[in-house]
Amino acid sequence: MGATIVEKIFSSRCGSPVRTGDVVMAPVDGAMIHDITGPLAIQKFYEMGGVRVFSPSKVIMLFDHQVPADSIEAAENQVFMRKFAAEQSIYNYDIHEGVCHQVTLEKGRVHPGDLVVGADSHTCMYGAVGAFATGIGSTDMGFVLKFGSLYFRVPESIRAEVTGEFQHRVGAKDLILMMAGKIGADGATYKAIEFTGETVGGMEMADRMTCTNMAIEMGAKAGIVPPDEVTWRYMAERGGAAPVPLASDPDATYAEKRTFEVSDLAPQVAIPHNVDQVVEVGKVAGTPVDQVFIGSCTNGRFEDLKSAAEVLGSLSFSDRVRVIVIPASRTEYLKALRAGLIEQFVTAGALVEAPCCGPCMGGAFGLLAPDEVSLSTSNRNFRGRQGSTAASVYLCSPATAAASAIRGEITDPREV
Amino acid sequence: MRVWKFGDNIDTDAIIPGRFLTIYDPAELARHAFEGTRDEFRLNVQKGDVVVGGRNFGCGSSREHAPLSLKGAGVEVVIARSFARIFYRNAVNTGLLPIVCDQADLIADGSEIVIDLTNQVIIAGKGRLPIEPVPGFLNAIVEKGGLVEYARSLTEVPLCTESRR
Repeated sequence: MGATIVEKIFSSRCGSPVRTGDVVMAPVDGAMIHDITGPLAIQKFYEMGGVRVFSPSKVIMLFDHQVPADSIEAAENQVFMRKFAAEQSIYNYDIHEGVCHQVTLEKGRVHPGDLVVGADSHTCMYGAVGAFATGIGSTDMGFVLKFGSLYFRVPESIRAEVTGEFQHRVGAKDLILMMAGKIGADGATYKAIEFTGETVGGMEMADRMTCTNMAIEMGAKAGIVPPDEVTWRYMAERGGAAPVPLASDPDATYAEKRTFEVSDLAPQVAIPHNVDQVVEVGKVAGTPVDQVFIGSCTNGRFEDLKSAAEVLGSLSFSDRVRVIVIPASRTEYLKALRAGLIEQFVTAGALVEAPCCGPCMGGAFGLLAPDEVSLSTSNRNFRGRQGSTAASVYLCSPATAAASAIRGEITDPREV
Repeated sequence: MRVWKFGDNIDTDAIIPGRFLTIYDPAELARHAFEGTRDEFRLNVQKGDVVVGGRNFGCGSSREHAPLSLKGAGVEVVIARSFARIFYRNAVNTGLLPIVCDQADLIADGSEIVIDLTNQVIIAGKGRLPIEPVPGFLNAIVEKGGLVEYARSLTEVPLCTESRR
């Protein structure tokens, strides 16, 4: 009987065949901590009797949620983590590089076939390069820092085959929102979503990251795109190893196989207050917005900013809207800067902030007052996520965000 | 045990909003549990009260501040029809017992219930609602009272030898 890519990764890490449903204490290839979940993970590491971390070179540390420090408490937490990094010889990207998931991938810290954990729920994004990556809490991370391994139940996989070609100004974010709407907020709980099909094969890495990033919004433990030429090229640009075959067998067992056709897909919007409350943009077109956020680990890459800029052209953003643009990393920021996108956004009236989680974090800046409406390219629209619990957050693609920021109300990007 | 009843998809931002994540002390976090979502919880919750949710309780962030804020409020048990994966694991790790009960919807807000772990049943009024046992591999952690205590009992971990269906 064949194996899924997820079963193969766990088998490889364990050195013997394991199957869906097995519970294994498996060694990890990487462990990511940031300024919100890191301090508690370090505290737990010490409480567990930890002295030295399992492997300093496998620990990825950076600050992105509250940077530059927005409170004395945040500053103290960052000092605590800096001391730990120095004590343990861990390389710390500190506040210099950007949003954890983007930085971890662009620095080549995760490879196809790796088993990686991160103390952040969107760690599942690393599946874009064909790794098994999942989010864990701080106490689990404390355990990982000490022992270099963790209990995993090898999950069932859902095979999501995506076919068809996107219409103009429709893309990966619309696909993943549509999938969240169909699968539901808990439809993939405890499972891995394997993204396959011609549409995924035709995506560049940025779009694949948008998809795997939001696997957690369906409850999934991981999202994964089996590595192909696009993946190996991305890895080669980061000094990665030579390609090796890694894919599910044709006779692998899946919990479910689903097909998603995108040729007729309209721009999608997740309406308040759940990510699986998804409608076509036309259903909510005309809804006035107070703030538009273009950024986050989901949609803060150069390609996302370019997509927004393409819709913007020489137009300006509406005076009624606060437009906040945040590149996901320093690298992506520089790409956008050199391509003239930053100048284009600033000229149009946007605030461009330095790479960080921004309003998606709901604690640093860009918070919403009661009854305000935000349209955001990030991944969660939970009540209170971006400030007041009486505010509303809608989620969409960078193209829809730009179109809506121009008009001051939710707008189909194909109509601008 | 007095019940605080919540609905489906109670997310971690509802349990503890993002602006309080610089706090790690459970008692301090408890002062902000469900702030803005259900303010009477943090004002009136008593030690020994129980939180009951519907489907997908604890979805969203990996923030362990969520189970810690409930523990800090004196809550020792959370019951739901189903849990989001990371919250479930965080609860077990921090010594907050997550109980899966398919009929959790039948438990009324403000009612008194009894949890009979020996017989795997919740007694709610005249109803006896069956509960699911904690999966085997997590039981050792539950029995130790959390992952820290479990980890302290280990000197090394048995890599990849725990495989079982």
